[in-house]
Amino acid sequence: MASTATSRLGGLRSRGAALGGVVPPVSLLLLAGAAGLFVGSLRSSVFAQLTVQGLALGAVYGSLALALVLVYRATHVINFAQGELAMATTYVAYQLIKWGLSYWEAFFATLTIAFVLGTVLELALVRPVQHRSVIAAVIVTVGLFILLDGVVNWIWGGDFKFMPSPFGTRVYHVGNVSISRLYPGMFVVVIVSVLLVWALFRFTKLGLGMRAAALRPAESALVGVRVDWMLAVGWGLAAVLGAVAGLMAEPSQFFLEPTLMQPILVYAFAAAVLGGLESPTGAVVSGLAIGVSLNLVVQYVPAITSELQTPVAFAVLVGVLLVKPSGLFGHREVRRV
Amino acid sequence: MTALLELEDVEARYGPVHVLHGISLAVEEGSVVAVLGPNGAGKTTTLRAVSGTVRRSGRITFAGRPLGRLGPHRVARLGVAHVPEGRGTFSELTVWENLRLGAYTRRGSIQPELERVFTYFPWLSERRKQQAGTLSGGEQQMLALARAFVHRPRLLLLDEPSLGLAPVLVAELFRIVRELNEDEGLTVLVVEQNAHLALQAAEAGYVLEAGRVALAGTSDELRADDSVRRSYLGY
Repeated sequence: MASTATSRLGGLRSRGAALGGVVPPVSLLLLAGAAGLFVGSLRSSVFAQLTVQGLALGAVYGSLALALVLVYRATHVINFAQGELAMATTYVAYQLIKWGLSYWEAFFATLTIAFVLGTVLELALVRPVQHRSVIAAVIVTVGLFILLDGVVNWIWGGDFKFMPSPFGTRVYHVGNVSISRLYPGMFVVVIVSVLLVWALFRFTKLGLGMRAAALRPAESALVGVRVDWMLAVGWGLAAVLGAVAGLMAEPSQFFLEPTLMQPILVYAFAAAVLGGLESPTGAVVSGLAIGVSLNLVVQYVPAITSELQTPVAFAVLVGVLLVKPSGLFGHREVRRV
Repeated sequence: MTALLELEDVEARYGPVHVLHGISLAVEEGSVVAVLGPNGAGKTTTLRAVSGTVRRSGRITFAGRPLGRLGPHRVARLGVAHVPEGRGTFSELTVWENLRLGAYTRRGSIQPELERVFTYFPWLSERRKQQAGTLSGGEQQMLALARAFVHRPRLLLLDEPSLGLAPVLVAELFRIVRELNEDEGLTVLVVEQNAHLALQAAEAGYVLEAGRVALAGTSDELRADDSVRRSYLGY
C-alpha cells in the first residue's frame, strides 16, 4: 500500500522533471493548498475571515513582487526603491484627494503620474549608471530609497495621514462569516491591474516588443524595436503596479505613513524570490501564498506573534535562496543551438 | 543603375581593435552580392556597420540617404533586415511571435505578409505556436529568413546562413534566397564561408582581407580568378 503510493509520487516527480521544470508538482501543491483553505473556511468562520484578508494582502504583496520581477527581467536590476516609490505615489494620491479629487479620480491620476515617474527615473538615474555595471544601478536604487523617503518626510511630514476608504464601510455576511468590503475590494482591484498588465505583455505589439527587448536587446534592435524606450516603459509599468499596491495597502493599515511599504517590500521580495525572480506568475501566486500563510500562522501558531511576520517572510526569502535559488516557478530555458 | 547601398571608405572598431580599414562597396538594387574572405577579415563587421550595431565612420548611403550614426532600430525602420550570425532567433518566444517581431516596424495588419511567407515556408504555418528554441538549427535559419522577409525590407543582410547546417539545407536556403530575389526583387548582401554556393547565388562579390577589399568583381570574374579559386573554391 505504502509502496504504491511512493512509486506514484516518484512517477509524478519524474514526469515533472521530464517537462523541464517543476510546474506540475507546484500546481499540485497549490491545488492542495487551495483545497485546504476552502475546507478550513467551511469549518471555521475565523479561518475564513483570515483567508480572505490574507488573500487581499497577498495580492498587494504579489503586485509589488510583480513590479520587482518586471524591472528585473527588463534591466536585471533589483529595484530596492520599488516599495518607497509605491509609498511616494500613495502620498501623491493623498494630496490629490486633499485638493478635491474623488478617491477614484485620484487613483487613476496617480497611476498616470506613477508611470511617468517610473519611466523618468529609469532614464535619468538608472540608465546612465547601468552602462557601467548592474551593481552600480542597484546601488542607485538604494540611494533612491533614501531619497524618496526623505522627500516624502520633507513634503508631508512623518505623522499619520488619513485617506477616505475606497470601498466604504459595508460588511458582507456569508453564513456566520463577516467580511469587510475592503478585502474583496482590494483583491479585485489588484488582481484586475495585474491581469491588465499581463494582457498588455501577452497580446499587444508593445508588450511583445517589451518582452523581446528584455530577452534579447541586440536582436530586438535589429528588427526595429526601440530597446531603451521599452526598458523605460517597463519601469513605468512596474511603478504603476507599485502604486496600485501602495494605494491598496493604505486602507488595510487604516492610515498613511512614510514606512507604509517597508514591511510589504520584504514580503514582496520573499514572493519574487519564491516565484523564481524571473516568473511573473510565480511572483503573484507566491505573493498570495505568503499573504495567506502569514495571516494564518500568526493566528494559529502561538509562538509567532504579528511582530514576527516580517522575520518569517525574511526566513522564507533566505530559505529559498539556500535550498532552491531558482524558486518554485523558475524554469530552465529550452534552447537548441 | 544606382546603388541601393554604398559604402565609401568605411572604418569600424571594437574598442581599440581596428577591424575595418576603409571598405568601399556597392550593392545594386535587385541584386545579390556576396562578401567572401577568411575569418577575421571583417565580413560580419561590414554587415554590422551597415545595420549600425558597431561604431563606424566613413560614408554609408542607403537608398540615397546617408546613414551617419543611426542606431540599429532606425536603420531597421529604413528597410534593412539584418539576420545576424547565430540567426538572432528569439528562442523563448513562439514562431508566430518571432514573425510578428520581424514585422515590428510595419503598421496595420501583417496578414498579407504572413500569407506570402507561408507560401515559401509552408511548415511555419502549422508550427506557429511552437517555441522557436525547440526548432532544429535548419528550421531556425529558415525562420530567421522568414522573419526578415515579413519585414518587407529593401535590403537583406545575411550573415553566414550556412553555418552549422547540413548541405542539403544550405542548398535549400540559397534556393529560397534566390527565389525571393527573382520573384520579389529583394536585394541581398550575403556573407558566406561557402564561396562556391555564394558565388552561385550572387551576381557579384567582394573578397575582404584584413579589413580591406582585396578583390571585387562579378561572380564569373571571381570564379575565374586564380587566387579566389585556390583560397576559397579549392580547385
